[in-house]
This record gives sequence, structure tokens and C-alpha cells, in this order.
Amino acid sequence: MREFFHRLAQNRWILPALIVAGFVFAIVAQNFPILNNYTKFVLITAGINIILCASLNLVNGYMGEFSVGHAGFMSLGAYASAIFTTKWIPDSAAFFPVSVLFGGAVAAGIGFLLALLSFKTRGDYLAIITLAFLMIVKSAWENIPYVGGPRGVLGIDPMTTLPWTFFWTVVALWAIRNLVYSKFGRAITAIREDEIAANAMGVRVREAKILAFVVSSFFGGVAGALFAHQISFINPGSFDIVKSTEILVMVYLGGVASLAGSILGAVIFTFLSQALQPLGYWRMVILPLMLVLLMLFRPRGILGMRELSWLIPRRETQKNNAP
Amino acid sequence: MIPAVVADFAGTLPDWGVYLAQQSVNALQLGSIYALIALGYSMVYGVLVMINFAHGDLFMLGAFACMLLVAALPWHLPFVVVLLMVMLIIGLLGVLIERIAYRPLRGGPRVSAVITALGCGLIIENLTLVKFPYSQHMPTDLFVSTSFRFAGVTISTLQLLIIGVSAILMVALDFLIQKTRYGMAMRAISFDAGTVPLMGIPANRIISLTFFVGAALGGAAGMLYGLAYPVIAPSMGILVGWKAFIAAVIGGIGSIRGAVLGGFLLGAVEVMVVAYLPSTYRDLISYSLLLIILIFKPYGLLGSPPNVKV
Amino acid sequence: MVPKKLFCLSLALSSAFLFGCGQGGTPSVKIGLNAELTGEMPAVGASAKNAAELFVSQINEAGGIEVGEQKLPMELVVGDNGAKADQAAAVAQRLISQENVLVMAGPDASACAIPASEIAESLKCPMISPWSTNPKTTVDSTTGKPKNYVFRACFTDIFEARVLAKFVLNTLNAKTAAALYDVASEAPNAQATLFKEVFEKNGGRMVAFETYTTGDRDFSAQLTKIKAANPEVIFLPTYYNDVPLVIEQAHRLGITAQFVGSDAWSSPEILKLGGAHLEGSYFCNHYSTEIATPVAREFMKAYKDRFGQDPDDVAALTYDAFGLITQAVTRAGKLDREAVRNALASIQKYEGVTGTMQFQPGSGDPIKSAVMLQIKDGKFDWVANAEP
Repeated sequence: MREFFHRLAQNRWILPALIVAGFVFAIVAQNFPILNNYTKFVLITAGINIILCASLNLVNGYMGEFSVGHAGFMSLGAYASAIFTTKWIPDSAAFFPVSVLFGGAVAAGIGFLLALLSFKTRGDYLAIITLAFLMIVKSAWENIPYVGGPRGVLGIDPMTTLPWTFFWTVVALWAIRNLVYSKFGRAITAIREDEIAANAMGVRVREAKILAFVVSSFFGGVAGALFAHQISFINPGSFDIVKSTEILVMVYLGGVASLAGSILGAVIFTFLSQALQPLGYWRMVILPLMLVLLMLFRPRGILGMRELSWLIPRRETQKNNAP
Repeated sequence: MIPAVVADFAGTLPDWGVYLAQQSVNALQLGSIYALIALGYSMVYGVLVMINFAHGDLFMLGAFACMLLVAALPWHLPFVVVLLMVMLIIGLLGVLIERIAYRPLRGGPRVSAVITALGCGLIIENLTLVKFPYSQHMPTDLFVSTSFRFAGVTISTLQLLIIGVSAILMVALDFLIQKTRYGMAMRAISFDAGTVPLMGIPANRIISLTFFVGAALGGAAGMLYGLAYPVIAPSMGILVGWKAFIAAVIGGIGSIRGAVLGGFLLGAVEVMVVAYLPSTYRDLISYSLLLIILIFKPYGLLGSPPNVKV
Repeated sequence: MVPKKLFCLSLALSSAFLFGCGQGGTPSVKIGLNAELTGEMPAVGASAKNAAELFVSQINEAGGIEVGEQKLPMELVVGDNGAKADQAAAVAQRLISQENVLVMAGPDASACAIPASEIAESLKCPMISPWSTNPKTTVDSTTGKPKNYVFRACFTDIFEARVLAKFVLNTLNAKTAAALYDVASEAPNAQATLFKEVFEKNGGRMVAFETYTTGDRDFSAQLTKIKAANPEVIFLPTYYNDVPLVIEQAHRLGITAQFVGSDAWSSPEILKLGGAHLEGSYFCNHYSTEIATPVAREFMKAYKDRFGQDPDDVAALTYDAFGLITQAVTRAGKLDREAVRNALASIQKYEGVTGTMQFQPGSGDPIKSAVMLQIKDGKFDWVANAEP
């Protein structure tokens, strides 16, 4: 049995097969009544949370910084894409992927600026910059009548379907995986371990940091765009510090510097927060309590610093298995 | 209708002067509360290099502890006694949280402790919500405020109390840190946590004390805040806590005087933006300003870059 | 191997969650309630839930709800939206798709009711919001036409702003007013903006128009600004837990202007929190316990007997929403969402706790009157009626 699983884990076809199967399932589930709408809703939420969690993990886990502003990037992506589909090119499902890309691009652009500006700061100072950024974004939307001010954007076409969510989740995980196991990825991890030493060894710290930040904010924006087209209503208050805290909880629950951990953390968080809803306030006692206990016994999260071998590129696994 | 103003002193200033002075008093009141909370963040950071995200919720508990104490005790206690009791309770709670949730993680990854703190804060907040789902009113007879007018500016005795108590606490803290042996040990730990235990200083006891003092100040701030804004709710620690954290960082986290400066600065910016610009822009302008400060002074106004050993 | 096992375990658990939800049982009329049980306004959610439970237990004691030939028991499914937009949408999805409710009542806060209404509309499930006064709840924002499946049991912000502006201008005889409101909150924001519009159109002057953000507790800067503008009336369309804070701080600053509020004040919690500072203030509401009809008196007595407190307007409106639903289901004669929707739209003169109502032709907004109340001796005192 163990041998079977081991062989399964080593099989290079398993991951593509899973992706194809998942995609087929998503299309079937979307178009045939095998799942009810609520189940679809929860699955889509889980997908969006996986994207959020994995993209924040890039900055907070792999790079070891502490950003608390991820909801801000989500907000940028949500607004940009919602304006795109409600005001610029309304009633056109064909442009939905473009609008998601646009949302991601806007978030990435602002993320790039923020990374440039805050390059000198790090650690807890970066945390505060992202926090201030979050509050500025929320307040900015509240003051722009074009995007509805505090009222937000209404009547967004609910175009976020299961296949699209699955597609973007796979794209996000694939992109982050490839980044993490690239030359830049090593630079990013080196920054986490020791920035000064990394710099001395010739790692291009600045480029690596900015790239990680931009990719992270891009997918934060993509998740926001999907969220906007799932709920079909966004307002500035949807993306506040509480939302950021939720994403942080998912990241550290699942485990830092681990994509499998991000998937797990997001899935657990999504299902538990739906399933524990009847408990009222106790829900938000139980979830953080789990997190605190987990931190005390596994300080890096459930799968912190570990990875499912499926999710590691083939050349890497071979390298690691070599004596 | 409650009588608004009881006495009038010393003539009046021109209108713009009255307005500016009135807004300055408002800023001073808000700033002294921010400063008291920011101190708690800064002290813990100075000693442990860790952001204690549960601090905002300890602040909130300060107000609830005061309410429960006044309701539970049969005697009519003077303000100062209640304040000291609240500080003692919240201080001990701070020590308890450190012992249970942070100490086991010391030496582990730094961010785990931060996340644990975040979790503890959420637990405290939501447990209080389970007990008090509705907003509560602070006891009215603990301190009866009257307003008087001085040179056209309306000042309440409550405002004087808040500003006065905060000032006393800050001076006392400065004395503790600069002039006592405990303070010296605290400063030593924040300078080099690795060497200090080797010098025979009981680091754990000093850290507990730091948590006690930081949390007690947060509790005092909570109680004063509750008196100033007498409808209290378990969620009130979130926003104020994060804002005070910003204040601490602007001042230079780890720096005690920086925290005070940051607190007053944040209070002044928030009030003055509303005073002279449309109030909708308050958060936009004040946080942009703070962002700009941090971009040009990455370690805050009075902070110094961490001493990094290569 | 450990991570892989954990991973598989959690996936197995979540799929069990997905597919394990079964259905079945005896036929009943399932009504959903999408309520603000946690979050910023728990008193609103609690009132809604109480009133709904009261109604359901009353109708079941009377043998159930008449559908066609038989009497069926009514079943209540409550979902907590945490007073948050996205959670309200999720709860609406769950009630409509997973729990298969026939009709959904709630949400009450407009910020929640708007996204929930979009979902009800797209899934063709009748929804009736007891307390959401925002015009957008029942109107499709892209076409500007009324939504087909969304109704409410209360008047709209537009009507309320007109009532309040006229009251300030004509009854209080005030020509200058200031407003202070939570810019990030749906209903207060709409009410302040609409009030300003109507007030200025009818000859009043807004001398200050100040805002704050949800969670703020210090209003001294805004109030100092308002004081300098010296208005006769301060319009305060904020939720019940912020009102006492504002008024107490205003009094400390020496402000003596008259305070006027909206229906967001109406929870009795406000009296506990505000005390003497609220005395003399006016606000607009959906009903008054003082001018209660026999129907209303019966409801008030039953509510007080069961929960030990007087019902607020949320409770009364929720009770009415359930009354409307019951009548519509009986008239439809079958458990079919489309038939219930049609029956609801064509209800003539339903006599509820908050007055008689019927829906405007082709719209989910009822025609009904409002009352002006004053806070006097720690009670809500009836002042005037305002007809539509």
C-alpha cells in the first residue's frame, strides 16, 4: 500500500491527469445539475481562497516578510475588473478573462509601486506600509463617486463559474510553483534566510523582492476579480483588515512556504467557516484557537516548509533524490 | 436635556482661534490615548522584537474590566482605585498570555509568535462577544464630567482627566525605564537579547514585567477611552489597536518616546484633516501622510535601524 | 508521508461535506431567514430571529399553514450573515439552493440585502426584506427596473428622507441643518444624501455635511466643525449603537442643537445606551406601540410574554414579512416559488402590525405610512403620522 502511494507520488502523469480530471469535473458540474448552487458557491470560494492564500504565501512564507495588505490587492483587482465588465464593456461574457487579467494587472501595477517605495523597509515596517496601503485603498474607493463611493459596485454579472475558478487556481499555483523553483525563487528564499548574506553572495535582492511582490499582488487581484464576479456586489468594506486577517490565518494554518499547505489551509478555512456558521461568535473562537494550538505544536503550520512531491517540478525531485 | 456648559472663563478668542484651540484639545485627547496604546506595542517590540497583535484586544478588555468592576463591587470606589485595579487585572492577563502563548515559541520562527498573538486577539475579542453581543454603556457615576469654557474653548473635566492621567502614566514609565534597575535590564535586553542572560539578569522575569507594564498601560488606555467614548463593544479594539500600532511604527517601533510622539502625531493628523478638509478624506489623507513619512524615514521618526550582525 | 496523509484526509473530509448533505422528511413549508445575528448590529438580527420564531410557533400551534387542501407545518431555517455583504450572499445561496426554502426573509441591513437580492433574483426565489429601506434592494441596478422576486415590508429611504425633511422644515421650523453619518454604511449614507437633496430643494440650508467611518468612536473633530457652523438641527442617520456616542460627545462640546434621526435608531438598545442624553430627540420609524391596532397589540403582548421585552420595528416588520409570506403561500395554493411570487405581488391590503400594506403595481415596495417619534422619559413617544 505504502509502496503504491509512493509510486503514485512519483508518477509524472498524475498531476496533469488530476488537472484534466478536475477541469472536466468543473465543466460537468457547472452545466449539469449534479451539485447544487450552494455547493458550487462554496467550491468557488475555496478556489478563490486558494489563490489568495498561495499568493500571500509567496511574500509571507517564501520571502519571510509580513504583509497584512493582501485584501487591498484583492480590492484593486475586484474593482478594476468590475468596472471593466459593468461600465466599459458590459454584457460580454467573452471579455470576462480579459477583465480578470485587467484586475490582476492593476493590482500588480500598484504592487510594483508599493514594492519600489518600500524597498528600503522590511520586516515589521513593511507590515505597517501594507496596512497603511490597505486603509488608503479602502478610503480611496469611498471617495471616488465613479466606482459608487462607499456604496460600491452593483449588478456585476456573476460570471465566475467553476471551470474559470479551477482554471485560475491552477494557473496561480503553476505560476507560483515555477517562480519558487526558479533562479528568482532561490533568491527569494535566500532573502528569507538572510538578506545581507544573500546580497553579499550576489543575489539580486531588489529584483527578486519586487518580482515576488508583483506576482503576489497580481494573483491577489485575480482572486479579487473572481470574487467580484462571484458575489456580484462589492463595496470598500468587503476588503478590510478583517479580510486580510482571514487570509493570514489561512496561510499560517496551512503552512508557510508550501503550496500544498496553502491549498490545505484555504480548503480547511473555507469549509470550517461555512460549517461552523451556526455557532455564531464561537466560530471565530474555534478557528483562532486551532491556529494558536497549531502554532504552539507546529510553529510553521500544518505543512510548513514541506511540499507534496507532485507539486515540485520534476527536475527538483530528481535532484533531491540523488544521493 | 443635560446642561452643556457650567462656567465661562477669560473672555474669548477670535473665531478661528477658538476653532483651532478646540480642535487642538480634541487632538490632544485622542493622541494621548493612541500614545498609551502605542507604548504597549513599542515596549514589547523593544524587548522581544515581536508585534503583540493581541494588544488591541487587551485595550478593549480594559474598558470591559472597568465596567464589570464597577458593577460587581458594592462600594462606590474612587476613580484612581478602579484605574489601578483595571491596570493590575489587564497587566496580569498580559503576563498570562505571554506565558501560555508566546514563551513556548521563543526561539522558534518569529512570525509564529506574531500569528499566535493575532489568534489570541481574535479569541479574546470573540469570547467577549459571546458574553456581550450587544454594545454596553460604561458606568456613568465613576467620573461625572462637567464642561466649562475657557477663552471660548469648551473643555470638559473628562478631557483634562484623560490628558492628565496619560501624562502621569507616561512620565512614570519613562522613570521606570530610564532610572530603575528593571528599566536598565529592559533596555539591555532590547539592545542584545542574547548576551543579557549570560550577565546574570533574569531575562524571563524582565520580559514578564515588560508584558505586565505594556498590558497595564493598554488597560488604562481602554478604561480612559471607555470613559471618553462611553458606548463600548468587543470589536472596538481592532481599529484602535491597528491605528496605535501604526502610531508606534511611525514614532519608531521599540522607541518609547517615539511611541508617544507617534500617538500624538496620529491624533493630530486625524483631527486636523477633519477640521480643515472634507471629513470623507480623513483616512485617505492621514494614511497617505504616514506612508510618506515611512518611505522617507523607514525606521520611523525616532527609531534607529536594527543593529544587524553579519 | 505525514503531509500527504493529512492532505488526503482533509480532502476526504471536505468531499464528505460536499456530498453528504441529504434531504427528505415530511412535507413542510420551508422559510429561510437571512439575519444579522453576529457582527455590527446583533440587536437587529436577534429581533428578526425572535419575531420569526414567534410567528412560526404561532402558526404551527394553529395547525400549520393552509396550502391547497391541506395544512402543512411551517419550518424556519436561519442563516447568519454576520452583517457582511459576502456572507449574506453565501447565506442566500445556501438557503435557496441547499436548504431549498420556498421564500427567503431578510436580510435587514441594506448592505446585506442588496447582494442577497441579486442572488434571489437570479435563482428566481421570492425574497422579502423586512427592514432594508435602500431603493436599490428592489431595483435592478443595470436596467433600473424593479426586480421580479424581491419585496420589502418597509418604506424606502426616498420616502423617509421626504418625511424627515418636511418634519424639520415645517414642524420644527428649522431652516439650517447639519448631518453626521457613517460614510461606509449603506443605509445611513443613502439617507443622509437623500435628506440633503430634499431639504435643500424645499428651502432649507445644509450648513455642514460630515462623515465618519464604521468603527470610529471619536467624533469630536466633526462635531467641533458642526458647532462652528451653528445649525438648528443635526440630522443623525446612524445605527443605534453610534447615536449615543455622538450625542454625548456633542453635549460635552456644548452643542445644544436639536437631534433628528432615522429608523436606524429604532432598537430599544438605544435607550439603554443613551440615557438622558437622548431626551427630546426625534426620529422617523415604521410603527409606534402607542397607536397600535388590535393586531399590533396582540403581537406586542405575545412577543413580550415570550421574550420579556417590547418588540422593536425590526421585529414588527419581520413578523409582517412572515404574515405576507403566509398569505401569499395560501393564496398560491401550492409549494411553488413562481406561484408564491405572483400571489405576493397581487396581495390587496394586508393588515399587519405596522399598518395596512399592499405592493405598488409592478414593484416590490409597499405603500405604507411612517411615524415620527420623540424620545421622552426614556421611552419612544408618538408625535405624528406621515402618510405616503
